[in-house]
Amino acid sequence: MKYLHLLFAALFRKKTRTVLTLLSVTAAFALFGLLDTVRVAFSAPETVSGIDRLIVASRFSIIQPLPYAQLARIGSVPGVKGVTYANWFGGIYQDPKNFFANIAVEPRSYLELYPELVMPAGEREAFLKTRTGAIVGASLAERFGWKVGDKIPLKATIFPHPDGSNLWTFDLVGIYRAGEEALRGIEQQLLFRYDYFDEGRLFGQGTVGWYIVKVSDPDRAEQVAQAIDRLFANSADETKTQGERDFQRSFAKQIGDIGLIVTAIMGAVFFTLLLLTGNTMAQSIRERIPELAVLKTIGFSNPTVLALVLSESVLLLTLGGLCGLVLARLSLPVIRTASGGQLDVAMRPETWLLGLGLMSLIGVAVGLPPAWRAMRLRIVDALAGR
Amino acid sequence: MPRLPDSVRTAAAVLLATAMCTALLVEPWVLLVAVVGLGSWLAVSSSGRQALAVTWTGLATLPRRIGAASVVVVGIAGVVGVLVALQAMAEGFRATLNSAGSDQTAIVLRAGANTELSSGLDRTAVRLVTQAPGVLRDAQDVPVASAEVVVVANVPKRSTGTDANVEIRGVGPGVWALRPEVHIVDGRPFTPGRRELIIGTGALRQFSGLEPGNTLQLNNQPWAVVGVFASRDAHESEIWGDAESVASAYRRNAFQSVTLRLTGPEAFERFKAALSADPRLRVDAETTRSYYSKQSEQLTRIIRVLGFGIAVIMAFGAAFGALNTMYAAVAARAREIATLRALGFAGLPVVVAVMLETMLLACVGGLIGAAVAWGVFNGYTVSTLGSNFSQVVFQFRVTPSILVQGLQWALVIGFAGGLLPALRAATLPVTAALRES
Amino acid sequence: METATTPPLVAVQGVSKVYVRGTQRLEVLHHVDLDIPRGDFLALMGPSGSGKTTLLNMIAGLDVPTEGSITVAGTRIDRLSSGELARWRAAHVGFVFQFYNLLPALSALKNVELPLLLTRLSAARRRRSASAALELVGLKDRTAHKPGELSGGQQQRVAIARAIVSDPTLLVCDEPTGDLDRQSAEDVLTLLQRLNREYGKTMIMVTHDPKAAEFAQRTLHLDKGTLVEQTA
Repeated sequence: MKYLHLLFAALFRKKTRTVLTLLSVTAAFALFGLLDTVRVAFSAPETVSGIDRLIVASRFSIIQPLPYAQLARIGSVPGVKGVTYANWFGGIYQDPKNFFANIAVEPRSYLELYPELVMPAGEREAFLKTRTGAIVGASLAERFGWKVGDKIPLKATIFPHPDGSNLWTFDLVGIYRAGEEALRGIEQQLLFRYDYFDEGRLFGQGTVGWYIVKVSDPDRAEQVAQAIDRLFANSADETKTQGERDFQRSFAKQIGDIGLIVTAIMGAVFFTLLLLTGNTMAQSIRERIPELAVLKTIGFSNPTVLALVLSESVLLLTLGGLCGLVLARLSLPVIRTASGGQLDVAMRPETWLLGLGLMSLIGVAVGLPPAWRAMRLRIVDALAGR
Repeated sequence: MPRLPDSVRTAAAVLLATAMCTALLVEPWVLLVAVVGLGSWLAVSSSGRQALAVTWTGLATLPRRIGAASVVVVGIAGVVGVLVALQAMAEGFRATLNSAGSDQTAIVLRAGANTELSSGLDRTAVRLVTQAPGVLRDAQDVPVASAEVVVVANVPKRSTGTDANVEIRGVGPGVWALRPEVHIVDGRPFTPGRRELIIGTGALRQFSGLEPGNTLQLNNQPWAVVGVFASRDAHESEIWGDAESVASAYRRNAFQSVTLRLTGPEAFERFKAALSADPRLRVDAETTRSYYSKQSEQLTRIIRVLGFGIAVIMAFGAAFGALNTMYAAVAARAREIATLRALGFAGLPVVVAVMLETMLLACVGGLIGAAVAWGVFNGYTVSTLGSNFSQVVFQFRVTPSILVQGLQWALVIGFAGGLLPALRAATLPVTAALRES
Repeated sequence: METATTPPLVAVQGVSKVYVRGTQRLEVLHHVDLDIPRGDFLALMGPSGSGKTTLLNMIAGLDVPTEGSITVAGTRIDRLSSGELARWRAAHVGFVFQFYNLLPALSALKNVELPLLLTRLSAARRRRSASAALELVGLKDRTAHKPGELSGGQQQRVAIARAIVSDPTLLVCDEPTGDLDRQSAEDVLTLLQRLNREYGKTMIMVTHDPKAAEFAQRTLHLDKGTLVEQTA
């Protein structure tokens, strides 16, 4: 735009002031970038994968196991394309601080139902063949420096061996990657075989933690879920079946209303920012009243002057805001390393878009009063210094 | 004596300022010393009184510059408010969990289990544990202990309307002697052997449908809610019933933990040694204080770190804002300051005056932020996923030390934001500033 | 030299300007009649408060009369809306102020280019016109300098270059030498005279300095809102 150099000249007239204001904007949007990423991370991933899966758990309590006998009956419900099962193991690797999910699964059917676990065919075969085998996600392997062939010891907290010892050892036979960027979280898991689990545990044989069901038509998922629950209603093992996405969301909800907290903090931050940039813009325009009068004298129309001042403030917000978002993005890998791989989140496009929207909105809000003033100034009065 | 070049003086000042800021953040008593020292210098020395005079004229023009001044105040208030709120959250969580623990009581779990939920103790083990040396006995020579079962149930949470996990603790008959801080505040205690429950006040607040008179479905069996209890610790997030009844409702024939009172804190080592020596037992024993503080540790640490990180970023933003404002203030008063200096006011009083004004604004901002955070958040009840995978109800606790920390931050930001502009004010070329019209 | 049948470039008829401030009525101009032929260099003089700047502002389209009409090159500018006036000014008027009023953050070249931003000229054409204007005023080697790096006289010449760059019908100057030393003032006035004599630019100059008025073709005096005498 041919007016661009005018805008830049106006902004950088007082270099120190503009730079400091830009830095404040950068700080605010860096915080926004980080917090919104956390907020998005706590809401279930917005991907297509998983919409055809249901979780079947005990209706009474998450800790109540379900009998293995339910597997066949679930499989025969119309609309069910596949069933598998899993159990939470809860083992500790060296130190409780190194927390990650470790789950016992039925290898063949689980891998079929979770195609987003991508790994080489050879390693897949090894997992299906090796009783003591386990597979881990790539980020988890990276976190602890594991390679295929390593022996991984876990200390059980819930399931001791019959002899009373807690030490379980697994052979790492495969490392998988998440099929999609948005699902990177699934790499922070260790999966091992249910038969090894059942043999080695002191109690609970013949039960599973939960079933996972794949439906042939995602649009009829609700009906299939209800059909499954009807099967076991009024029995000793009543079930509650819900979509996998809802199941994940309900956990996030239990941690707290993260969205509310993030919004509250960002509200405070942006309010302060509005005040700060509003003050800077007002000051800057006040100083430049004679210059704006000259522009009008030369023949710049009122709407043009309004647009110039508004563009200036939007430019200020956008420059600072983009720097802030970029800063947030660059600090994510640092946070990941610093937390030993536990805090591994990615900045999603929706955060960038929301950020850009906010920059424009705040830019306009901040620029409108002085822009209005500039538009309405009477040339004669302004030139005379009144 | 030759004057050092401006850049060296600025660098030295910045270094000194950084040192002071760090000291201020770390040790509150530095603040006290500084305030006392400053106060006496201002009152007694001549350049101190000059500084006061300059500050006075500066404050007199403040109403004209109210827009710019409010930037400093609001910016710092925001930082302090957020910092205090987040620290209060961490503190509330920690205090709630830790208050359930003491050195006089111990908790025993299966070896390797890190929470009650993953533990399992059969009846023989329970008997051996309660018979061990060091366990307090009552007048009838019965050990003051409670063998407990912990399960999780789904109950709708008031705030979200969706199901959340609530902890149901089946307690033994010795629990009333074991936990004297627990009182019934409404209704009556449950009758052992019956399907009756009492609700902790925290759980009552967070979940819907738990009032006395209601029925709760546990594993498809109806249980009557007969009373409400208060204990001023984490147990208020729980629902209690008779251990034997709860265990059988969940088709178990074992317990998960034994909590018992020791004869005294010094008895713990003896007690623990006796348990390890017994080959029939595979258990871990801890004082409840140590157990509960471990439960709260991780989440408390996360909230504290997050709160700190957020506050740091906000503080930078506020500092830049303060710098901006004070530079503008100094520029606006350039003629004034130059006149004073031409009249004979030395450089140092001018620096001190600008700093004082900034720190006063920062102080006001800090007080406002702290007051708002205290007013809005102190006592605010929330619940989150805590130990045993169920909701722990806790309140934000705005303690005096958190408030002091907030004020420290406010002053540090004010200091950082005021220093460079103050130096600029003191080194303005006087004649140029006087000529400016 | 025009004949009596050629209409004047600027025709001011019965123009009055009244300011109402609260309950007070201030009559600044009182039924002023004035014709300015094409190619004229008119100096307007008078004591402060005489209304000369007000008259100048109205002829330049910056202000509207309370009564009367102003016609410039056939257009009744007192009837134009503020948006139309802005467009009219861009095409027809060049303004030179006492305090130069250059944008301090822009270079001399960019300052001169400003009026051209309102046209559809390409960036290259704009630059060429601006350079030509600066060369005309004798500042060919100062195009990249910012106003802060130029002397008062040089700044005023940049302002003049800005005023003529879009080839306006009318050049309007409000105390152009009021802030300059003797030598710079003379340079500026000589330049203005040259623009009038060699390039035929019609100019109106408000001044309180009789020596400056000598550079004009004719002088009119205003006192308390009315024209008083003519000195050719």
